[in-house]
Amino acid sequence: MALSFQTAAYGAVVVVGVVLFSIGTPAERSSRSPVTETPVSHATPPTPGVSGNGVTLQSVSVEFPSSDRSFPGGAAAEAITDNCTACHSPGMVLNQPGLTPAHWQAEVQHMRTNFKAPVADADVPAIVAYLASTKGAR
Amino acid sequence: MPSSAVVTSRRHFLRASSILGAMVATAPAWANASVELPLPGGPDERPLTTVFPQKGQMILQRTRPPLLETPFEVFDRGIFTPNEQFFVRWHWAVIPEQVDVTTFRLAVHGHVNQMLSLSLADVLSMPRVELAAVNQCSGNSRGLFQPRVTGGEWFNGAMGNAKWTGVRLRDVLDRAGVKAGAVCVRFNGLDQPVVDGAPDYMKSIDLDHARDGEVMLAYQMNGEQLPLLNGFPLRLIVPGWYSTYWVKMLNDIEVLNAPDDNYWMKTAYRIPDTPRANVQPDETGFATVPINRMVPRSFFTNVTAATKLSPSATIPLRGIAFGGDSGVSLVELSIDGGQSWKKVQLGNDEGTYSFRRWNAKVTAPASGKLSLMVRCTNTKGVVQPDQPNWNSAGFMRNVIESIQLSVA
Repeated sequence: MALSFQTAAYGAVVVVGVVLFSIGTPAERSSRSPVTETPVSHATPPTPGVSGNGVTLQSVSVEFPSSDRSFPGGAAAEAITDNCTACHSPGMVLNQPGLTPAHWQAEVQHMRTNFKAPVADADVPAIVAYLASTKGAR
Repeated sequence: MPSSAVVTSRRHFLRASSILGAMVATAPAWANASVELPLPGGPDERPLTTVFPQKGQMILQRTRPPLLETPFEVFDRGIFTPNEQFFVRWHWAVIPEQVDVTTFRLAVHGHVNQMLSLSLADVLSMPRVELAAVNQCSGNSRGLFQPRVTGGEWFNGAMGNAKWTGVRLRDVLDRAGVKAGAVCVRFNGLDQPVVDGAPDYMKSIDLDHARDGEVMLAYQMNGEQLPLLNGFPLRLIVPGWYSTYWVKMLNDIEVLNAPDDNYWMKTAYRIPDTPRANVQPDETGFATVPINRMVPRSFFTNVTAATKLSPSATIPLRGIAFGGDSGVSLVELSIDGGQSWKKVQLGNDEGTYSFRRWNAKVTAPASGKLSLMVRCTNTKGVVQPDQPNWNSAGFMRNVIESIQLSVA
């Protein structure tokens, strides 16, 4: 069967298209993760827009990743995991410098007083002890 | 022929990908690499991540609510920071993941003649303004404070410069008609606290400031709609002031006839009322004021402490500078530990509040080290200090940057 140049070229384009589609675009790949699948604009139907004066704004729908980090230390980390991760992921704490127990006590109190962190009095000593041992002053 | 065409195309595609650099992850892992930030005492390692929506490669400071730092080499590529690598900072974790532009409304209320509920079409139909301005976190460089303090442990990448397009806040206020007796204007966004009773994130500025014709509501940055994490669809732009005032996902403007005593003005984001917000670590009893205007800074962008020089080589040096609440008057370089300073060449002036490129050439010694310092003086005559400031919140660092390069 004779294959014309045009047919071959068309086939090449289709194959390239399929390969590129299966690779995904850079934007698509960079926004993908095992944790979340982030919708990208060109992969979804056109989003509603609002225009004026030559500018168009388009609706956005995204998904934020969740943290895959946990507090190390097993049972010792239970109190901090239960009480603190509703508002922020563990990385915030693990990235802090080493501080004294008094400093950590004040920090936990700051979260309770100003940010209304619902931490029971009974849990405070365990959280402070964990912070002082994991993130203690050197 | 089809297969070779595929190979060729694929190779082109891969090459095009690599031009984008590390922004394109070779493996779609959560965090695909890490970076070491020079934070005294550590921890200094942070993941690099590309998983956040509409964002390229960022330094992961915190996942939830997101704190994402701009890798510093981005600042060498140009004076405008790409949207996909512009830093991200949120206070509360309840952030909408969807914004429908057809139903979004901006409320203007309080001490006004006429309450408004503006659609985005209403906002787009108003007179348009454009302005280049640096957006910098109050705590940018907090991780360099000594003694160390708590908070987002940033290196120098909690800042960025963009061209902001939008409307004047003054025009929006005039449309509502501010009543006599108004004193300040408060801004609130769509984000919310996780916990009941916790203080919703709100900021305010004085009425005169709000009406100065520079403060604006931006619907575009660098010619595109804002990434959601940078405040889509509307963000308050307060040129020359720290980012804490640049309220994201702005949907509520309230004119107040009394000073704002909400937590984020009265208690948080306060600085010592001292020169450069500087106090001793054990000092108490000083007055505080809300953080406000930015101070000048300048950076090296094409060399780091890891840069090795060839003996006696002449090398190009470049960086960025900004004046804070005014323009860049001059940038100077010292190669003798700050004993003498020489003016360097400045790049295009993109406006009072923008980053400005600087360029110089230096010659390395035959051996040993080359010690470099750079400092900016703004058009108000404020010059960067040679000693770092300190305060317990880690705000307003602007000490002269020093760097030592080794001759190899």
